[in-house]
Amino acid sequence: MSADPIYTEMIIEYSRNPSNFGKIENPHIHRHDSNPLCGDSIDLYVNVDGNKITEVKFDGKGCAICMACTSVLTEMIKGKNLEEVKNFKKDDLLSELGLGHLIKTSPVRIKCALLSLKALKYGIYSYFVDKMNDVEAAGKLKEEAASLY
Amino acid sequence: MQSTTYSLDSIRSDFPVLERKVRDNKPLVYLDNAATAQKPIQVIDAITDYYKNHNSNIHRAVHALAEESTEAFEATRGKVAKFLNVANTKEIIFVKGTTEAINLVAYAWGRDNVQKGDIVVTTEYEHHSNIVPWQLLTQETGAELKYIDIDENGELMLEQLDEYLATGKVKLVAVSHVSNVLGTITDVKEVIKKCKNADAKILIDGAQAVPHMKVDIGNLGCDFYAFSAHKMLGPTGVGVLWARKELLEKMRPFLGGGDMIREVHKYETTWNDLPYKFEAGTPNVADVICFTAAIDYLTKIGMDNVRNHEIELTKYALEKMSKVKGIVIYGPKDPKKQGGVISFNFKDVHPHDVATIVDKNGVAIRSGHHCAQVLMDKLEVAATNRASFYIYTTKQEVDALIDSLEHVAKVFKL
Repeated sequence: MSADPIYTEMIIEYSRNPSNFGKIENPHIHRHDSNPLCGDSIDLYVNVDGNKITEVKFDGKGCAICMACTSVLTEMIKGKNLEEVKNFKKDDLLSELGLGHLIKTSPVRIKCALLSLKALKYGIYSYFVDKMNDVEAAGKLKEEAASLY
Repeated sequence: MQSTTYSLDSIRSDFPVLERKVRDNKPLVYLDNAATAQKPIQVIDAITDYYKNHNSNIHRAVHALAEESTEAFEATRGKVAKFLNVANTKEIIFVKGTTEAINLVAYAWGRDNVQKGDIVVTTEYEHHSNIVPWQLLTQETGAELKYIDIDENGELMLEQLDEYLATGKVKLVAVSHVSNVLGTITDVKEVIKKCKNADAKILIDGAQAVPHMKVDIGNLGCDFYAFSAHKMLGPTGVGVLWARKELLEKMRPFLGGGDMIREVHKYETTWNDLPYKFEAGTPNVADVICFTAAIDYLTKIGMDNVRNHEIELTKYALEKMSKVKGIVIYGPKDPKKQGGVISFNFKDVHPHDVATIVDKNGVAIRSGHHCAQVLMDKLEVAATNRASFYIYTTKQEVDALIDSLEHVAKVFKL
């Protein structure tokens, strides 16, 4: 059977040994999200110092794509400024795992790949509204999160 | 006497979609029959013929087309009655599917017959369509909803039903004839006997039974029976509720509107006769009429032959699947005790990953909770994979499934 464009070594490895898997007690940002049709379900926890993301963890259940993408996302955003993360695009995440093709080839599985990014954007949105009172930035984030898939 | 030869080649040649290539030119291996069955050319042609030559509304106009359509629509009712050994065709009510049939009973019968303090019984292996209507009913009336649990073989623990019935409070028992996830065949005769002795009504969800085995409603002795056409080669959007005439006559209507009335005045209305009292509005005329072609097709093969074919396939598949590394199979694992449905998981591999990998080889299986989240909780899984067979499934297709599953085990290093 030919090499699989989805189930690469990297995806399998991440799904079996996810990065930053666990929980943060009383995090600054917490967001739960799920894909009701396939049953992926994750909780994303983020701690922030000023404008900088200092700690990220996630837990939950999901398919290999969801677990791998969430792992990579947590690795990518740790230590970054909220401003940078706010502008994070879906291609930034998908290309990291070689999954850019999913946008065209698999409208179903793209939801697995982008669930964590959606949770992150919504999480930061709430943070902007509740903690930083930056309604304009928040509004844009919410729009982006809603249009991810 | 039914023919004993089962011509798989000739059956397959009647299903145009089975010639499809999918995913990089792989032949389609369709193993999602519990979700919906493919359609033979006879059904497809009937739909075209109806719209080309006969299309008309029914039961009202006197013109030629209306007469033809009405006659064909009512002929299907007769055909369904005969197929299920129902003597009175007025007991056959056309709805849009099993879900609507069960909701009809929950509203039109349930709301007048179930009260605070009463018990409604369902089971852990029901489809959401045989759980949620009863949740709505019991929450609204203050009645209690109880579940018959399943044992480790995925079979109902009927002694629990005895306990519930012994309270004298059970008004209705709603159970599926065949589980859509585990394939388990319910001992409906035993369940019905118990219900009759305790004076409880019994509803059977036959969505996974009528397409796959002989169902003799005339001799079963239940009170309500529901199923869908699209899982038995027929069109989508057609379902049947069968209920005893005595019950239907006493029940209030479900939907109000045209065709279900005798006389409408400003502030009161009298109801039409059975079955029309429960068929408000223009029904799915075309698809009901074309359902005839599906019933004819199955009748020609013979339901005992359909069942035997599926027993043979299930036996073959269970033997081979159980040897795949890392696989866990749910349910009775006994072809005589289950329909042509096999649910399975790979240890800690998400079912959607499994389904995606086998789909690359053209093999269509279902992954998810199968509208049975209560059962998923019981099995302590979020989802399962499910392969389900039908009259056109071949052993070669089962082999293609097995090859793909072995590939899954390899990819995930099980």
